[in-house]
Amino acid sequence: MTSTAGVPPVSTDDTTAAKPRGRKLTGYWLILPGAVWLLLFFVIPFYSLVASSLFDPKGSVLTGYEMTWHVGNYVDAFNQYKGQLGRSLLYAGLATLTCLVVGYVLAYAIAFKAGRWKNLMLVLVIAPFFTSFLLRTLSWKLILADDGWVVGVAQAIHLTDVLNIIGLTTTDDRLLATPFAVIAGLTYNFLPFMVLPLYASLEKVDIRLIEAAGDLYASPMRGFFKVTFPLSLPGVVAGTLLTFIPAAGDYVNAQLLGSTNTKMIGNSIQSLFTTQGDYATAGALSVILMVIIVAAVMAYVRTAGTEELV
Amino acid sequence: MSQVHEGAAAPSGAHARGADGSRDLRLTGLTKEYATFTAVKSLDLVVPQGEFFALLGPSGCGKTTTLRMVAGLDTPTSGTIHLGDTEITFEKPYRRPVNTVFQNYALFPHLNIAKNVAFGLERRGIKNTRQQVADMLELVELTSQAHKKPTQMSGGQQQRVALARALINKPEVLLLDEPLGALDLKLRRGMQLELKRIQTEVGLTFVHVTHDQEEAMTMADTIAVMNQGVIEQMGAPSELYENPRTTFVANFLGQSNLIAGEIEGRDGDHVKVRVQGAVASVPGDRAHSDSGKGWLGIRPEKVLIAEAGTPIDAPGDVITGGYVTDVSFVGVSTQYSVMMPWGQELTVFEQNTGARSMLPVGTKVDISWRPEFAFLLDASQDAKAGIEDD
Repeated sequence: MTSTAGVPPVSTDDTTAAKPRGRKLTGYWLILPGAVWLLLFFVIPFYSLVASSLFDPKGSVLTGYEMTWHVGNYVDAFNQYKGQLGRSLLYAGLATLTCLVVGYVLAYAIAFKAGRWKNLMLVLVIAPFFTSFLLRTLSWKLILADDGWVVGVAQAIHLTDVLNIIGLTTTDDRLLATPFAVIAGLTYNFLPFMVLPLYASLEKVDIRLIEAAGDLYASPMRGFFKVTFPLSLPGVVAGTLLTFIPAAGDYVNAQLLGSTNTKMIGNSIQSLFTTQGDYATAGALSVILMVIIVAAVMAYVRTAGTEELV
Repeated sequence: MSQVHEGAAAPSGAHARGADGSRDLRLTGLTKEYATFTAVKSLDLVVPQGEFFALLGPSGCGKTTTLRMVAGLDTPTSGTIHLGDTEITFEKPYRRPVNTVFQNYALFPHLNIAKNVAFGLERRGIKNTRQQVADMLELVELTSQAHKKPTQMSGGQQQRVALARALINKPEVLLLDEPLGALDLKLRRGMQLELKRIQTEVGLTFVHVTHDQEEAMTMADTIAVMNQGVIEQMGAPSELYENPRTTFVANFLGQSNLIAGEIEGRDGDHVKVRVQGAVASVPGDRAHSDSGKGWLGIRPEKVLIAEAGTPIDAPGDVITGGYVTDVSFVGVSTQYSVMMPWGQELTVFEQNTGARSMLPVGTKVDISWRPEFAFLLDASQDAKAGIEDD
């Protein structure tokens, strides 16, 4: 920051003309690091991604890639992978929903009921981040293993039967390599991203407003739905976005905890890029996923109308 | 105890009456103990239906705790709360015919004014609230603001919304927890008159908690002065002011000069007190002690002052030998501090009638008062109780 704009103006005649200009430039100087970052790590890669999505689909790592503006890549990619696309949105949606229910209860408990344990509980929410994402997901592989006690307990209480009926598992004697395992993994891994924004907005809810709702004939349950929940909506919106967006593009959970029948779009893109060398289809799929998510998020935020909430 | 509600437009939601038809609020032996202190000690109180009742006291005296127990937001340790013949001691707050105007208003920030006001009606399953909301907004003169959000309004307007939101439910008792505390002085005076007008109009029982004695005296039919969890004295504002029973009430409600004296005993319907050589007589109903040492109390505006040697228009004894140590001119009156021969400084307020010019500092003066204005308190009490530190 070489500008002198932060210094109060001194009325010496030779500098008065330069001052306003210097002040005007400060803003630009301040956004420069961010702008450079975005240019280097978003705009250029994005350009490259869109460009490769229009390559001639016949190209390969050996023969090289040719830019032929082949828009047909998008149609082919969508048709070929719409199953995985749909599954990604479904799994991410279900994981987000589960995170919301579990996370809301947890955040509510931390914000209103934890008392002096509040800080400890917050630390515990973040604690998993001290271990690698990959390692934690691999551990779930052990936990859900076919001969593990979790499967045994789930069978004993007939949870496996229920999951089988609603289609989250395929057989009634295993949990690993099923949609259930993938969704559970996603839920587990993204739960903190749901809990923290929810906690932040619940914590701001004035207890006196809840008392006022009770005073005005609202039972605790109705008070919650009429006052507490609406006031926590900014946290709900932030939490669902922070969970859904990365979950929709995730491939680690599906790869480690799922099977070939639970492949998500992230797995397809990853294998197209790294093993098959089909940059054109991989690029097109990435752009499609991005467009779907951006459109969904915009529609969601508009419906939730959070800009009205303070 | 005025029954203001008679003749006023009776609200439609009249609740079931008690056997004798009255729906007085009765607190019996109400106690609230916390781990380290007792907030309210065995409080007995009857608030007649339709009355504007004020609970007055310094912060921490237990008045807000009492209010919260009536609202159902705190649970009493012991004692009962009755509304007419119905006991509501442990009734859930949302099942009580009681509404509160909270100190910070507690308006719902995500709802507009009309929806805030309709909240209570809707929770009770009343469908068509539009007309009632419109009427209520008209009463508090906020019709044009119905679609604004609370954060877009001034403090005074928010206060009126909070009042409307509670009043629309036609509660049997409306609780007001320092509702004017956040307003500036001028607005507060205006709202005091407004609240009084609305209470007279709707005829509901108002229980108003405040630490502002002027506010309580302006609005209330009856004031209960609370101190350290107990009621020190209860009565009409003028009664409390003119005839305080404790040094706390004497000092908390206005100011008092308390002079140490020796009680000589009853003489007919008067009690004689020997005060610094002079003998003063106090009417029997104003003497709250019969023997031993006592505090002779006299309000500063009841003390008459004159330059030494000039006659004072009072039948009582003239006490001589004082001199003025401080004079402050406050427009309608002049406030003197007078050092008495026994080393006590008395406060004297004199109306600026223009009959005499101000007495400068150092002037030797005589003072006196009409005996019927004096009161007598037991000397075991702290003479400084209830004096607020600035």
